[in-house]
Parts: sequence; structure tokens; C-alpha cells
Amino acid sequence: MSAQLEQRVDVELPTEPSAVGRRPVVRWAMLVVGLIVTLALPWFVYPPVAMDIAAWALFAISVDLLLGYTGLLSFGHAAFWGTSAYTTGLIAINSGLPFPVAILGGAVVAMLLAVPIGYLSVRRTGIYFAMVTLAFAQMIYFIANQWRSVTGGENGLQGIPKNLGGLTDLVNSDSFYFYYAALPIILIGVFIAWRTVNSPFGRVLVAIRDNPARARALGYDVERYKIMAFVLSAGLAGLAGGVFAVSHGFASLQELIWTTSGKVVLITVLGGIGTLWGPVLGAALVVSLEDQLASSGFNGTGIITGAIFVVIVLAFRHGIWGTARNGINAWLRKRRQGARSD
Amino acid sequence: MPDARVSPLLETSALTKEFRGFRAVSEVDLAVEQGTVHALVGPNGAGKTTLFNLLTGFLTPTSGTIRFDGRDITGQQPEQIAHLGVARSFQITSLFDQMSVVDHVELALASPTGLGYRFWRSAGQMRRFRERAMALLGEVGLADRAGAYAGSLAYGQKRALELALALALDPKLLLLDEPTAGMGLEDVDRTIALVKKVSAGRTVVFVDHNMHVVGSLADTVTVLQSGKVLAQGTYDQVRTDERVVTAYLGQAG
Repeated sequence: MSAQLEQRVDVELPTEPSAVGRRPVVRWAMLVVGLIVTLALPWFVYPPVAMDIAAWALFAISVDLLLGYTGLLSFGHAAFWGTSAYTTGLIAINSGLPFPVAILGGAVVAMLLAVPIGYLSVRRTGIYFAMVTLAFAQMIYFIANQWRSVTGGENGLQGIPKNLGGLTDLVNSDSFYFYYAALPIILIGVFIAWRTVNSPFGRVLVAIRDNPARARALGYDVERYKIMAFVLSAGLAGLAGGVFAVSHGFASLQELIWTTSGKVVLITVLGGIGTLWGPVLGAALVVSLEDQLASSGFNGTGIITGAIFVVIVLAFRHGIWGTARNGINAWLRKRRQGARSD
Repeated sequence: MPDARVSPLLETSALTKEFRGFRAVSEVDLAVEQGTVHALVGPNGAGKTTLFNLLTGFLTPTSGTIRFDGRDITGQQPEQIAHLGVARSFQITSLFDQMSVVDHVELALASPTGLGYRFWRSAGQMRRFRERAMALLGEVGLADRAGAYAGSLAYGQKRALELALALALDPKLLLLDEPTAGMGLEDVDRTIALVKKVSAGRTVVFVDHNMHVVGSLADTVTVLQSGKVLAQGTYDQVRTDERVVTAYLGQAG
């Protein structure tokens, strides 16, 4: 048996029928197409809307890191998006530092906030985890609402500048240029998420998602991993919230309210959890739809997005991306079997 | 450092677990000597799995103590107990369905190294455990299924993977919860041979209903009934014990 074993060690392992996203060629092709679309977006879409799509996409990815890869449904992620929006604004207004530095500061504060919140919520699972995170987010909302001297209360934080050293005038002249100035921040965030998901840490997260008791029996400190994932996720939500605030030039209570937490979960589930691509697709869909409906003067945006959400969740359990991927895989398998039988 | 040959590797004293007034495990004194294979038997509801969960930290005892390898581990968390050298398999096959067989073993091997915390490294880092993982899979007869998803394995293969995972932790004490549950005769014999092979030089505690399995593997047997120890001794001693015959073997035979 041992001779047979030694032979096998370096041999490429037999795998299950290869799937979309597993084959390197397909993965690279998707990445290139995704990058081209991202870079071309402000040519086709009103640039501020393109920026919103990018920010919401990263925000949804941060939720996916928890929901899709760790099995935790956070219903309070607006706390991190909003806290970073305000912090970014305060840094940019008061220091005059370049906006990427302000956004980084916002993300760091969001992560610091996530440490105690994560520590206190990861002991709960399922709906209880969602409720605890919601409760903390409501607390942050309440504090922001009351602390007028800093946050501006209901008026929000106005006049967040888009400083960028020698490029400040260019970036301010047109939101088209700001898109390209801020996009690297979003892409870095997406890269961090991708790296995390495809790391030894990501493997442990998936194990925890699928079977926490088993992961513990293997010696993994499940709570500690969950807290780390929570803090990382909050950092990504913070990057996204900071970009959003600078792009709009203000931070308001809208960034902290519970419907924002709900919207980002909706986007993530709509696109397909556990895929990273799904949240991007979901963000593009929901943000552009909302923009279309708002500019056509329609007031019941929530009814439309809510109805679409219900339909998608009922008809396509794995979200748009997950369903499309499964469909393509099934088709590929059928074709391969057909080719074999010929 | 106490002499391991003198003090048992695992020792419980008056170990008790109550669920809302119901005593699932009641004042159990158990001593498992180093290097022996110890069976826990008893009818359904006798408290075997509860005892396992107490020993591995998944449940906290209501009273009593657990000593392992010379130290008190009562009330410790499962992951801490795993790091001390206690590995377990689960009664209900419990795997990560979306993960390949070899990934499972690599994950188990990576556990004591802290590699799992490195979110900035490539998952390819896990490959450093591949050779060892393949050797373990060879040991349990799963080498040719290394690339398959755990969800696609046959039942007996899943049980074999459970065993490989427990072995990957290189435990001082191996706890197997019904390693042959739900198996056909052929698989049972293969599992007996497998457990015999891996128990060489190890201390093993296992639960099983199958008296053939108990008789072939166990050096010592503890019979539980209603959470209490009914009898302890070698298989032959226990088998002929009058109380055991009436309580358990009598029904089965």
C-alpha cells in the first residue's frame, strides 16, 4: 500500500467534474471581463451612479464574507458603513488630508468598532446573531442622531472635500475623474476579500460555516475566527462607506439607518451568496434600478425592489449569480456526457 | 510529571450531567489506562454519547471532574481539549460537504500550526500538508478518493474519513462514537481491522452497539445503564456478569 501511496503524492489529484469558476482559464476570463466592465462603467452610466454601484458592490461583498463564507447574517452592517462615512468626512473636513487617507481612517475606525460588537455577537448564531448586530447598529444610529456637535444630527455632515494633492482640481471638476481616482480603493477592498476567501483562513471559515462543531473538534477556535471575519468584513464595509461619503460630499443618518443594513443584505442575497461575483451583480442591478425609478419620478422604489427580491429568492434560491453558474455547469456536464457517448 | 503507567491517561470521578433534572450521566468513575482500547456499551439512552460530549468539552459537567494526561480538563472548551491531544469522531457522520476529502485532512493537519489565521496567504499553502494527508488517507483506504467531495462519499468511506481526521490530530486519546453504526457486515470487519491498526500504541475509547466489534477490539469494557456504571472489566468478565446479562446482553441475545 505504501508504494502505491508514494506514487500518488505528487500526482495531480482526480477531481470532481470541473465547474465554472474552478477552472483557472474561466476564472481569469471572468476577471478580465469584470475589470473591463468596471473600467468602462462611467462611459455608459452616469459617473456618480457608477461610483455608487462600486461602493455598494464592495459593501455587499463585505456582507457576503460573513453570510456566504462564515454563515453569519449581520443585520447591522450599516453601523460600519455609516461610521466610516462619518469618520472619513470628519477627517477630510478637519485635516484636509487626501481623501484616500481619510477613507483608510474611516475603515480603521469601523474595524475598531467591530471588535467589541463582534466579540459580543458571535456567541449567538442564526437569527439571534442578526438581532444582536441590528441592536448594536441601532445604538450607533441613536448616538449619531444625538451627537449633533460632531455629526450634524439630522442635517448630516456637509461639504466633505475631495482632496487629492495636485489632482484635487481635476477630481473636483468632474465626477467622471473622481470615479477613477476612487476605484483603486474599491478594487483593493475586493482584492482583500478575494484573498481572504482563497486563503487558509478562508478554508477554516467555510469549515465553520458547514459544521462548527466539527471545526471545534479539529481544534479550531470558532469564536475567534468569527470575530476576525467580522472585523475584516467591517473594514471592507468601512472602505465602501468612506468612498460613498466622499463621492456624495456628505454623510447622513441614511448611512446608519437599519434599512441600509437591509438593503445590503438584499443586494447580497439577490446576487447570490458565497460567490463574491454575486454581490457585484446584485449591486449593479439594485443601484441602477433605484436610479432609473427615482429619475422617472416614481416614488415606490421599495415596492419594486422588494417584489423583485421576493421573486428572485423564491425562484432562484442561489441568487442570480449562483443560479446562472449552476445552470451553466449542468449544461457543460450534459454536453461532456453527450460527447463521451458519441 | 506523574508516571503515565501508574496514573490512567483518562480518569473521571463522580462525573454527572443533568438536563433539567434528568440525569443523563450519573457519578461515573472511569479510568482508561494508557495504551488500552476501552469500550463503552449500554442500551440507547444509557448516556454514552453524553459522556463523550463531556469528555471532549462539548458539554460542561454538572459536577465531577475529568483528568486527562495528568491535568484537570473539566470545563475546558472543545478546541482546547483537542489541542491537548484528544480527538473524536462523531456518531452522526459530520463532515464539510463542500470540501474535498484531501482538503479535510489538510485542514485537520493545519489546526495545530496556526496557519488557519493567515488570511493574507494563498490557500495553496495548505498543500504543505498534502504528503502527510495522502499517507493518512492511504492508511484508512481512501487514497483513491482524495479529490472527491466529502458529500459524494459512500457511507463507509465517510466513516473512514472521520477516522482519518481524528488520526490527523495525532491524538494521545482517540474517542470513536459508534465507528460501525449503520454498516454492513463487510464494512464492519474492515473497520475493525482499521481501528485495530490505528490503535497500536494509542489509547482508544469507543462506543458501539455491536458486541462482535466490542469483543474483537476492547481490552476493557464499561457497561452503562441509565447514566450509571453497571459493570466494568474485560469483555469476558462483563459478558458473564449477571446484571449485564439481564440489562443488556439478555435483550440482544
